[in-house]
Amino acid sequence: MAGITSYGAYIPFYRLGKDTAGWGSPIEKPVINFDEDSITMAVAAGMDCISGGDRELVDSLIFATTTSPYIEKQGAAMVAAVVDLRRDIATNDATNSLRAGTQALRSAVDAVKAGSAKQVMVTAADCRTGTPGTEFDQTSGDGAGALLIGDEGVIAEVIDSYSVSDEVLDNWRAEGDGAVRSWEDRFVLQTGYLSVMPEAIQGLLKKVNLGIKDINKAVLYGPNPRRHAEMARQLGLDAGQVQDPLFGQMGNTGAAYSLMQLIAALEGAKPGQKILVASYGDGADAILLETTDQIANFNGKRGIKGNLEKKRIRKSVGVRGATLKGLDGGGPSASARWRDRESIDRLHGAKCLSCGLIQYPPQRICSRCHTKDQWETVRLSDKPGKIFTFSLDYLVGGVDSPLAITIINFEGGGRGMFTMTDREVEDVQCEKPVEMTFRKLRSSGGVHNYFWKAMPQRFQGAFQGIA
Amino acid sequence: MAGSIRDRVAVAGMGCTRFGERWDAGAHDLIVEAAYEALEDAGIEITDIQAAWMGTATMSTGMSLSEPLRLQYIPVTRIENACATASDAFRNACYAVAAGIYDIVLAVGADKYKDGGLSGLTDGSMPGPGHAMTAGATGPPPAQFAMLATTYFDHYGLSFEEGKHMIGRVSWKSHLNGQRHKKAHFQREVSMDAILNAPMIAWPLGLYDCCGVSDGAAAAVITTPEIAKRLRKGKEPPMFVKALQIAMAPNDGNFNTKFDYMHVEATVRAGERAYEEAGITNPREQISMAEVHDCFSITEAVTMEDLKFSERGKVLRDIEDGFFDLDGGLPVQPDGGLKCFGHPIGASGIRMLYEMYNQLQGRADRMLNPGQPSRQIKDPKLGLTHNLGGGPAGCAIFVGIVGLEGA
Amino acid sequence: MQSIKDRVAIVGMGCSKFGERWDMGTEDLLVESTSEAFEDAGVKSEDIQAAWLGTQNQMSGQILAQAIKTEYIPITRIENFCATGTNAMMDACFAVAAGIYDLVLVAGVEKLKDSGVGFLTGGGGQPSAQTAPGVPPPAQFALAANRYFYQYGLSYEEGKQMLAKIDVKNHYNGSLNPKAHFQRAITEEQAINAPMQAFPLGLYDCCGVSDGSAAAIITRPEIAKTMRDDYILVKGLGLGVGAQQGSLRDYYDFTHFDEAVYASRMAYEQAGVKNPREEIDVCEVHDCFSITEAITMEDVGFSPRGMVKNDIDNGFFELSGDGPKVNTDGGLKCFGHPIGASGIRMIYEVYKQLQGKADKRQVKNVRLGMTHNLGGQPGSFTGAISIWGTRD
Repeated sequence: MAGITSYGAYIPFYRLGKDTAGWGSPIEKPVINFDEDSITMAVAAGMDCISGGDRELVDSLIFATTTSPYIEKQGAAMVAAVVDLRRDIATNDATNSLRAGTQALRSAVDAVKAGSAKQVMVTAADCRTGTPGTEFDQTSGDGAGALLIGDEGVIAEVIDSYSVSDEVLDNWRAEGDGAVRSWEDRFVLQTGYLSVMPEAIQGLLKKVNLGIKDINKAVLYGPNPRRHAEMARQLGLDAGQVQDPLFGQMGNTGAAYSLMQLIAALEGAKPGQKILVASYGDGADAILLETTDQIANFNGKRGIKGNLEKKRIRKSVGVRGATLKGLDGGGPSASARWRDRESIDRLHGAKCLSCGLIQYPPQRICSRCHTKDQWETVRLSDKPGKIFTFSLDYLVGGVDSPLAITIINFEGGGRGMFTMTDREVEDVQCEKPVEMTFRKLRSSGGVHNYFWKAMPQRFQGAFQGIA
Repeated sequence: MAGSIRDRVAVAGMGCTRFGERWDAGAHDLIVEAAYEALEDAGIEITDIQAAWMGTATMSTGMSLSEPLRLQYIPVTRIENACATASDAFRNACYAVAAGIYDIVLAVGADKYKDGGLSGLTDGSMPGPGHAMTAGATGPPPAQFAMLATTYFDHYGLSFEEGKHMIGRVSWKSHLNGQRHKKAHFQREVSMDAILNAPMIAWPLGLYDCCGVSDGAAAAVITTPEIAKRLRKGKEPPMFVKALQIAMAPNDGNFNTKFDYMHVEATVRAGERAYEEAGITNPREQISMAEVHDCFSITEAVTMEDLKFSERGKVLRDIEDGFFDLDGGLPVQPDGGLKCFGHPIGASGIRMLYEMYNQLQGRADRMLNPGQPSRQIKDPKLGLTHNLGGGPAGCAIFVGIVGLEGA
Repeated sequence: MQSIKDRVAIVGMGCSKFGERWDMGTEDLLVESTSEAFEDAGVKSEDIQAAWLGTQNQMSGQILAQAIKTEYIPITRIENFCATGTNAMMDACFAVAAGIYDLVLVAGVEKLKDSGVGFLTGGGGQPSAQTAPGVPPPAQFALAANRYFYQYGLSYEEGKQMLAKIDVKNHYNGSLNPKAHFQRAITEEQAINAPMQAFPLGLYDCCGVSDGSAAAIITRPEIAKTMRDDYILVKGLGLGVGAQQGSLRDYYDFTHFDEAVYASRMAYEQAGVKNPREEIDVCEVHDCFSITEAITMEDVGFSPRGMVKNDIDNGFFELSGDGPKVNTDGGLKCFGHPIGASGIRMIYEVYKQLQGKADKRQVKNVRLGMTHNLGGQPGSFTGAISIWGTRD
């Protein structure tokens, strides 16, 4: 039996909302901070998905997005490293289509069924920008979802799937374009979304010999609330059968949207329910799942529900899409970064086997007892911590002023200096709890340089599985 | 008048990393590798070290040493003195021991160049004049040292072929020595043909007339003669310091018309003072071996005259006769020199001392590449090391002499 | 191990005017300070047998040879962050004590005002992964201030006032010193209400950026006796270099600086100082930030742990106070911090105080003076201490 064995999600902490100056809409929209992108969100969703699980069992990772920070350089390899998966795994980017998320899910199921992988982690993330004030801007949101696909401990079995491939110029973004372009609205809907997605759904239902009324929950992609409702009506679904598309709270999260809605559906599902997932983009995918008895005992994830609850409303729209530029225009040293990849990407510290002191970054000689080269790796990225001391710098912050610099003591030992993000000034105080979050420090020399930062503890227990 | 360091300080242990493109090792790893070899060689613990000196051109402060070794609040001084950096760190450490302030100290030199994404050193490594950025007008290092060659060839009437062959043979000899050494960056013999026909870098200096860029570190445990003898009891003898000299040129070669561009005055001065300090009257006869600063082959040739190993204008004959070969009268660069080790600036001076140390102890074949003939020099008594930092017109020179007790 | 006590003497010193010396380059600053030192000692540059140069930004010792045209003598360049100048003095003293040289020049210099920035930056160095947070010095030291306030239960207002009193004292002392960069007294209100740099450190809690140079001529006491009567003697030299203990050890408290504790212990032991609060008459400390001076008073044993606020409130460290007079020349606060020069500038003030030549700032009956440097950031410093005294 192949299916979903775990899930996780990430929705940015900060939202635009009715109290946000300059937004002018009652709709809540999660927006990335200046230091986030699809990779950092995929990491956070992946960390949620694997929390409490065994990283050693994951044989493959797929990263689905339409907003990869690099044209040539794999996102999946970075996400896999940062989530701290094994080295001998397959990694793959699924990209350039809004269907990338469901396509990745199909590939993962196929791999598990074929026996080429025991477990596959599917991550999907998007942060598509629209022109401020447009309907696109109002209905889209930033976020990420992650699913673990395997054949043991399955909470939702993937029964079957059906795809249609369709070549049409409806929505697109050429290299160098900032915002998504689209052809005339009615053409796009009538020849695209409203005809192709039903074609895939009907094809699937016929294949598995079910009627639309047999579906307990339908997870439907929709570009906006109106078209989503129109699709549900056209398919003959009752209101109770349709998964809430979360417009006004989460919004359309692009390539991650179908998977994030599916996660929301799983959060409310009972054993033995049939869930239909349909996505659209250069064709359509329809996937049928059925929840198992195991779903009743499945918990401990931040998921969509937790992420939607733990939020803050931005005071003002601020600079959207701004990143910190490097001061010197030069990027990091590739060889120096490569050598320290375990401590930079995986946030590995080291525990002295002789005296037990955990030190970050890993050392050759123990700072306390001078033992040489006797260490055990300790992952700090999922540990909760506390601010030991801090400063707020008003000189260099730029978009992040005042720059919050913190000394973090990790629960269980270890300490590091990190900048703090997603924070208000009043969050930055001695002994306040924090969790770690992977962020983009700055872009310079054509390199997006990522590292971990601290943020106010959003969930108790950080990324070790919430209570 | 100034006093002498002769036989007041001894080296009880040394270490040296493999030099080269050490993608696997950061500066900290290199330092740990070299320092721990030295500590183990001396048979002491890191906590026995009372103070330390760090030679590095690229890293700030003594913390560049205390951090990798996790030294606990002991004094660590960082020295930088262009290409004489490591040797000057060694020198300052020796003075502190000679003054009786500390009994056992550590001198380490290290630099990590291969994180810069470049395959050569830029002219940014030259000491600036302290004014605006006009330093570039003096050209990158190969161009500066090429002037020594063009002037030398012209003055002594050497044809291009004669001069090129002379400096070519310097490199040929160093590569032959480097081929035998396990820790060298380049461990390959290069034929005279290849050397003479290599691409020109700065006329008449070709590719094989220039040293490479590499990563490396070297370390020495320095102590009093009594402690050194005690630590090395039953092992090879300690190495004694005979002379330590620095000569800092006033950097006037480019506006003082008396400068002839055929010699390096600071080397002459430092050499003379070192011979006096060590009680040496005939260096050509008394010095058993030398490691000199062959950043370029012509530098080595001219240095042989500046150090009085060869008479003025006569080095060609000594080079062509093989006088400086491993089996010659005064072997120079027995380990292959900068030519084969490259030049991580902070490390080079102590790397040279490491070769002297091993040769003096009769342990040169510890580093022998399998299948190669012995690289051990027969019964060496005194070794000389030399660094040149800067350009021919203005530079920091170090000349040091080390040897066995009583030599 | 032997003590350095009384084995080296200073027979002449010089110090340039500190400030924004747009008219002066590095070499000019060196000429200004060394000329005063040569004149003070009654020697010529040709008499110098070797030199040590402390500088952070210049490569090699060559700049000194270039500036004063020494002929092929040994010149060593030392760099150890803010301890650079004192460390150069230290190695020079060792060479003299070892009998290698009789007359040695020690100089420190930094030309910072050609960079176009108003504050000190982190400094480039090795190519790196560039993942370390780019934390400017005020933010680094604010880490200590915030934890100090938290640990000892000081409200923001109480802590801020304690720091302001330090700023007021140093600015007052600087107003009496013609070589200082800033020669203007300030009020407590000015200090408290100044723009925030890194919470809780405001503008007046931070030292400025300036150009400057200082120099000393050292020799053995036997020779010093033949040169002048009021030479001063070295009593102790300490250098404590950290190894990031503060970030690697999760038990480091950020309210004291071990490097200074270790360095002062070494120096006190050599000098035979048992009770520094009583025995030290004047002390120049590294007040890069006001919080640094406060914590240093505890690190070097002038005030008990957590109690410096009492002493500050009582004016203990002021020119008119009952304790060691701290930063009598105005400190880094008024001199700025040309890195290589600062340590030797501090020794210059101690030299003048010991000789009774400190003019309006003169402290009565000075027998023992001390300097202190701290380079780096809380948790990872190079710390240097030097102690000097009058001849017996």
